[in-house]
Amino acid sequence: MPLDVANLRKDFPIFERTIRDGKKLIYLDSGATSQKPFSVIEAEADFYKFKNAAVHRGAHQLAEEATDAFEDARLKVARFIGGHEDQIVFTKGATESLNLIAYAMGNAAPGNRFALTAQDQIVVTEMEHHANLIPWQQLAARTGAQLSWFEVDSDGRLDLSNINSVITENTKVVALTHQSNVLGTINPLDAIVARAHEVGAVVVLDACQSAPHMPIDVQALGVDFLVFSGHKALGPTGVGVLWSWLLNELPPFLYGGSMIETVTMTTATWAPAPRRFEAGVPNMAQAVGLGAALDYLSDIGMHEVHNHEIALTEYLLQKLSQVSELNVVGPKTMDARGGSVSFTVGDIHPHDLGQFLDSQGIAVRTGHHCAWPLTRKLGVPATTRASLYLYNDESDCDALFDAILGAQKYFA
Amino acid sequence: MELDSLYQEVILDHYKYPLNKGLSENYGAQVHHVNPSCGDEITLNVTAEDGLIKRITWDGVGCSISQASVSIASDLLLDKTFEQADRLVSEFTELMQSKGTKPGDPEILEDAVALAGVSKFPARIKCALLGWMAFKDAAVRINTTTQGDQQ
Repeated sequence: MPLDVANLRKDFPIFERTIRDGKKLIYLDSGATSQKPFSVIEAEADFYKFKNAAVHRGAHQLAEEATDAFEDARLKVARFIGGHEDQIVFTKGATESLNLIAYAMGNAAPGNRFALTAQDQIVVTEMEHHANLIPWQQLAARTGAQLSWFEVDSDGRLDLSNINSVITENTKVVALTHQSNVLGTINPLDAIVARAHEVGAVVVLDACQSAPHMPIDVQALGVDFLVFSGHKALGPTGVGVLWSWLLNELPPFLYGGSMIETVTMTTATWAPAPRRFEAGVPNMAQAVGLGAALDYLSDIGMHEVHNHEIALTEYLLQKLSQVSELNVVGPKTMDARGGSVSFTVGDIHPHDLGQFLDSQGIAVRTGHHCAWPLTRKLGVPATTRASLYLYNDESDCDALFDAILGAQKYFA
Repeated sequence: MELDSLYQEVILDHYKYPLNKGLSENYGAQVHHVNPSCGDEITLNVTAEDGLIKRITWDGVGCSISQASVSIASDLLLDKTFEQADRLVSEFTELMQSKGTKPGDPEILEDAVALAGVSKFPARIKCALLGWMAFKDAAVRINTTTQGDQQ
């Protein structure tokens, strides 16, 4: 069933406000962060109002209720991606999730399956967000391991023609994005996962741009680690997810309270996962808010969300193809592509275009989208990106179309 | 439209027909500055003679605000002493941080007052300052290393 967008938008209080002297808000920047429904805002506030206490400690009713709410959120995340709750770690965001994996691998003692040496290889792709590139660059620098990568072709797809020479017997980690935050490209995982596992490497999947937008099943994907951020999935900022079935083989990243089993003045041993990776009092209200966000998405249905976005992206691409001098950077067809659409418009610099669109109430992202090596490879200093979500409809795409024509006149 | 206070004719003219664009072969100091949030880049050469700024040339990529602003600066700062240039950079920086409360003095800042509207758009202030900060950096390098001699 198609989404009832007009009705659904009523769940999002931000759409009640106006932009730049009374203009309707056309929010096309969900790839950066999503808007929040009432239920999420209330879940976070209600935690503070009625349940606030430090989880996993304290011998009182509030602590019990807070712990229940926090662990219930963990269960919701597990169900949302088809994992087990013991495989879910709450972090402060996807960036921390990725850094956690890279730092923990760096902490692995010789003999641990994750220990890296100068003989080993880490594989990434040219389309990674800085958050899934720099932690691996730095891990390579610390361990002497070699960083190699899959290249991106002119259509914005991964070139897998040399897969067997990019992923080699020496590869320990393959880290890549599920869906490009710039291009919208959805990467083919089957071949990459098969090859990685053939050589004994683990696959780390950045699902920031996919988990909020399509059904995710970690078992079916076959990856070993998966991360996403709460705030891009209707949830609060300050909470991210790390899923892995290998957590108990991974050494800790942050040390402190809650993550231990026993402690003496000179030694400590670690609690089993996920507690081992949640040192300190965690981001409880944010995790609970994320649980409410995933409830909201699940109630609508992730297939429905995905189908809505696919149809809308196709509509947007068709509209944009009618604009002279507009060049879509990334796949121009709907084959394995999601709702992030980056483009350039003639000689109009994306910042200037973004400023004009803003004057019409339209929020887009401009720049290199934290994927500088990618935009450099594609030969564009910057692009304008419209990213769609469940609360967008064809009228938003029409408004963008009209405003781009307006910008062409303004800057002519 | 408020947008017109940002995109004054003068700015769009400088953007389309930039002054001193194209790097000189010789220079007293060369600097390269980037705006990491958007990817704008600029390389700027400054040459001084007898304590006066004799030539400013530049090349770069960026939005109309950043390109027009460096074009304006490369003209305004010519034939000034480093002390005068420093005062102009301060005056311009202050204007950018004025949140739309100052018009700027055209007697002092000349074409640069056209950028006053930028101060109402916080995300664009860095664009406007890119070239000026590059100049400031180059001026420091000239005065601490080469005393303005050409390389």
